[in-house]
Amino acid sequence: MVNAVTLAEATPIVEKLGLIVPEIVLFVGACVVMMLGLSPSHSVRKACVPFAVLSLIAAGVMAAITGGHVAESMAGHPFPQFVPYAKGLVAIVGIILVMGLAGTVDVALERSFQSGRQAFEAIRTNRGEFYAFFLFSLCGLMLCASADDLIWLFLALELTSLPTYVMVAISTARTRSQEAGVKYFFLGAFGAATFLLGFAMLYGLAGTTLLFGDAGVPTVMTALLDMREASATAEAAGGIGTLATIGLVLSVIGLCFKIAAVPMHFYTADVYQGAAPGVTAMLAFVPKAAGIFALVLLLGTVGWDFGVAGSSLPTPIRELLWVLAAVTMVVGNVLALLQSSVKRMLAYSSVAHSGYMLVGLIAGPAIAVADNGVAATLFYLLCYGCMNPAAFLVLASLERRGESIETVDDLRGLCAGRPLLGYSMVLGSLSLLGLPPLLGFWGKLHLFTSAVSAGEIALVVLLGVTSAIAAFYYLRLAGAPFLEDQSERERDIRLSPAFPRVAAAVLSAGSVVALALFTTSLMRAAGAAGSTPQEAASAEPQGDRITLAAPE
Amino acid sequence: MLVLLIAVPILAALAIWLAPASLARTLAVLGSVGQLVLALATAALFDWSAGGDLAAQPGTIQWTQVLNPELGITLGLSADAVSMWLILLTAFLGPLMVFGSFSAITTRVKTYYAWLLALQGVIVGVFAATDLILFYICFEFTLVPMYVLISLYGSSNRRKAAVKFFLYTFTGSIVALAGLVYVAWQHALAAGEWSFALTDLQAAAQAMSLGEQALVLGALMLGFGVKVPIFPVHTWLPLAHTEAPTAGSVILAGVLLKLGTYAIYRFVLPFVPDAVVHYAPVLAVLALIGIVYAGLICWVQRDVKKLVAYSSVSHLGFCVLGLFALTGVGLSGSILYMINHGLSTGALFFCIGMMYERYHTRSLNELGGLATRMPIWAFFMVFFTMASVGLPGLNGFVSEIMCLLGTWQSGAPGVGGQYGPLGPWYAAVAGTGMIVAAIYLLFMVGKIVFGPLKEPDGHAHDDSSHGPALPPDLSAREVGVLVPLALACLILGIYPKPVLSTLEHPVAVTLGVYGHEGDDGHGHEHAAVGEGADVAPEPPALIERYVVTEVAGSVRATAPGGVEQVAQIGMALPPGTVIQTGFRSVLIMRNDQHEVRLPRMGRYRIAESATTATPAAELVEVDYGRVEVDGVEVRGIRVSLPLPEPTERPELRYRWSDPDGVPVATPTAGLSADTAEAKGDAKVVRSW
Repeated sequence: MVNAVTLAEATPIVEKLGLIVPEIVLFVGACVVMMLGLSPSHSVRKACVPFAVLSLIAAGVMAAITGGHVAESMAGHPFPQFVPYAKGLVAIVGIILVMGLAGTVDVALERSFQSGRQAFEAIRTNRGEFYAFFLFSLCGLMLCASADDLIWLFLALELTSLPTYVMVAISTARTRSQEAGVKYFFLGAFGAATFLLGFAMLYGLAGTTLLFGDAGVPTVMTALLDMREASATAEAAGGIGTLATIGLVLSVIGLCFKIAAVPMHFYTADVYQGAAPGVTAMLAFVPKAAGIFALVLLLGTVGWDFGVAGSSLPTPIRELLWVLAAVTMVVGNVLALLQSSVKRMLAYSSVAHSGYMLVGLIAGPAIAVADNGVAATLFYLLCYGCMNPAAFLVLASLERRGESIETVDDLRGLCAGRPLLGYSMVLGSLSLLGLPPLLGFWGKLHLFTSAVSAGEIALVVLLGVTSAIAAFYYLRLAGAPFLEDQSERERDIRLSPAFPRVAAAVLSAGSVVALALFTTSLMRAAGAAGSTPQEAASAEPQGDRITLAAPE
Repeated sequence: MLVLLIAVPILAALAIWLAPASLARTLAVLGSVGQLVLALATAALFDWSAGGDLAAQPGTIQWTQVLNPELGITLGLSADAVSMWLILLTAFLGPLMVFGSFSAITTRVKTYYAWLLALQGVIVGVFAATDLILFYICFEFTLVPMYVLISLYGSSNRRKAAVKFFLYTFTGSIVALAGLVYVAWQHALAAGEWSFALTDLQAAAQAMSLGEQALVLGALMLGFGVKVPIFPVHTWLPLAHTEAPTAGSVILAGVLLKLGTYAIYRFVLPFVPDAVVHYAPVLAVLALIGIVYAGLICWVQRDVKKLVAYSSVSHLGFCVLGLFALTGVGLSGSILYMINHGLSTGALFFCIGMMYERYHTRSLNELGGLATRMPIWAFFMVFFTMASVGLPGLNGFVSEIMCLLGTWQSGAPGVGGQYGPLGPWYAAVAGTGMIVAAIYLLFMVGKIVFGPLKEPDGHAHDDSSHGPALPPDLSAREVGVLVPLALACLILGIYPKPVLSTLEHPVAVTLGVYGHEGDDGHGHEHAAVGEGADVAPEPPALIERYVVTEVAGSVRATAPGGVEQVAQIGMALPPGTVIQTGFRSVLIMRNDQHEVRLPRMGRYRIAESATTATPAAELVEVDYGRVEVDGVEVRGIRVSLPLPEPTERPELRYRWSDPDGVPVATPTAGLSADTAEAKGDAKVVRSW
């Protein structure tokens, strides 16, 4: 903390690049995948997905290896351990997601190439771009986590989003996908404009785009915290000025688009329904994670005054998030209740899950892991990332006349006919519902403990009640494959030819059970990720009792 | 042993799931009988004399840090006499349910027995858990098997019934979870680390204020009351009972409903005594409404199964009444009632199931005079109805009269030395419930068993679609199911003392929380509440206190019994004060010996002994965070320092000036009053 030079000036560029090794790996992987997709040889083209998986594994390994170094280099970062955790999380969930994307594009085209009806034309294939875009998007997501600058954060958010617009549009050959893509793009641009405006105001306030840095360097964080300290009174925790409030509010609202929180949620159902289910699974995680990462960073700059009910974040920001979380949980779950299409149902339920995660952000960080709301949010994001694809990918694995199935009725009798997929659906939806002892329960329990210890009793009760509403539709989802019998209508449902999708669905459902056994280590990792430097120092093992000699 | 009691049925369930369907019955019999044998063995090893002591039982397991040390979740199993009896009841009903289902369940046999056995295992988990999260996991997980059993094997309206059952209970228990987490947080605040162990939380919960206790009581009763069920949230039960398959109804009435009353006994009564005393009349009124209202509904039912289902609502009202009477008799009676209701109502559901298998109707309008057709069945039907009505000599009578007696005595000073918030009026109203119960149950028996023979049309020809043809009257297997139940009812009716004597100790332990209030002679709720406001002890001499000398950012301090305040310079911090430093704040405080610096993001408590004259006194307890004492950083849960002899302490004076609007503290500990004053022109803001 004595170093008074900024990170950018002091660190040679090579060292700085050392912080983003996983991103570089993903970037290189994306470029290679793009080339592979253009190859005239079918077997080389087929290597796109395996190669994407490999590069994700490599990125995950690099994130783990460089994690310690990255955490050390994060001078002034509100959550030094956050970056490696986020990157590891992205890599793990990314593997499930990319497997679920297998066989999404170019299906008809490949068939005509194979049958010789058509000569191979590189210009007509989408495969390479599709998977490369996916990797670019994850690359942006990782960059988002490691951002320490508003410009960087904005560019990373855009790098995350832009490929998804294209992926939605090209995911199926139907016009509905293109409509979804266009809708997503315009509303995404609207959201981006909103948070960019917010970022601009923060810049105007602080005079720098740097979010945080070494001690002594003026940053957005120091500007905001100085403001809070100056205005701290006997009655209330310090607030921030009007400009900063507007800037943060606009940023939060804009980011709500990314995490699909009410009132910026209205695109979700249409877009999720229009896209191929593999892409939907990705949409439900990647932009949401980007938004949560950005929110953690932004809220980290303004600081939680932890521990006293009602005065955690600056009041306007806290109240905004409180209302957003409450409305998001209620609206998401109630609207999900009314849907008959599974994709729309899951779309609204993913809205509701954003609301749950906001609860943790309101609670804020703390030293004990159980009290730490940021850790709870990051842990829930991991749980959500693991369990949510199960539901989407089961849909993706089943086809009727080449199109993925969509209604709850199509799932009837799945456990009897295709036990792996059927039980994946059952486990996935029961975990999303939060039924103990599956992974989702632990995520919710952590949110419960952190929110209760922050004094947010009302939010906790609301979280509980809305989870109970969610039980209604998740039960339908879990009950149809297991309890109901197949009828004539479902006889023509076939297994998708893309085997990795099935594998991804099973992997996702398996993780719901397997990771539930390792909640302690996962929670600790999330706890480290959600701890401020001082908390991390205090959380080290403490001596039982230390006796000092009286100073003479 | 307790682990095996849980593991054996669950392993049997797994085996059934994996094995071919033809083996399902055999494995189910093995699993359930195995559980019963184990339960008997556990009971034989059980130390009944220490029946109320959870820690001293053989089979007690406390694997610390198994599940999740961050949240303080330990995997602990233990049983007191109450749990033990309920575990025995569960294990006793298990084989009977398996045998009783042979002819009723002909499709998807594997799924049925697998879930039935899984349910048996999980229920034991509920009764034996000593960790609240483990309890909650088991409590919630009972929903899944029951949901499957109702929605796959129930009658026509089963899907709706199953969903309603699941949603009601799930909603209630998730609110209860919020209440439990709140209690755990209170414990974490006091102890510095999270724990969900029953014993840890009990103390923390009792220390809460009445308002907090009332909130927790509300949350817990919402969760457990749905399960019992208590009056306004009972509507799921008739539907679920009616639609469930026979064994489903049996386990629902026999054991699952007891999860609610057991949880009230285990958590509500010991955790929130003040609130219970305060709100017991409200809860008792709800129970009374349940008793009478459900009884009246029973009277007009035409569906036998629904009638018995509603009678459960009415009967469990007695059970709840006995619990909240807070008298020894009432509590023992209530626990005995849990067992008795499980036996007699479970048996009634068996009887109705056996009749339904033969006639495929449960309507009182279509059936009558079956005694001529099925004399053996009629005997058991009448027998169990009488047990349910409360005929002296059978089990229902003993527990019902004990609940009523306990309720009557409740509140009467000096009776049994117990204090209770209810009274004779409650017992009087509940007594009418007994009369109503006699009316509707005898009406049912009279209609269906006696009178002219009436059978549904088209009954004569045996349709083989419903499985193997059944004899007109009960088969040996069916009699074999009912006889043990009848014997148990008879034994508990004639000589319940063995059970009751084992309950004395745990009941005394539970009531020990309330015990002191019986002596004050004016036993009513307000007295108990009023005692909460202790007179604040005389504050220790100023010289021994900490005083804030410097503070930055927002730091909050809560003096014991006081409200939370923002720490300001010069503020005195008496022992017990909890100090919370914020995101970017720091507090420096001094007493006459030490300067203690509390950096940001920590929670600290000034130790009680910081002011005592013992040679080495603890100054600060650290919930989390770290402390610097006289410039030396120390980490620890407690920071202890030797204190000098009291006589050596000079008078402590503080003063500080405010030259530039920035408060500057100048602690002058150790200086005499004169010296401090003589420092010159600095303005003395305040001095002691």
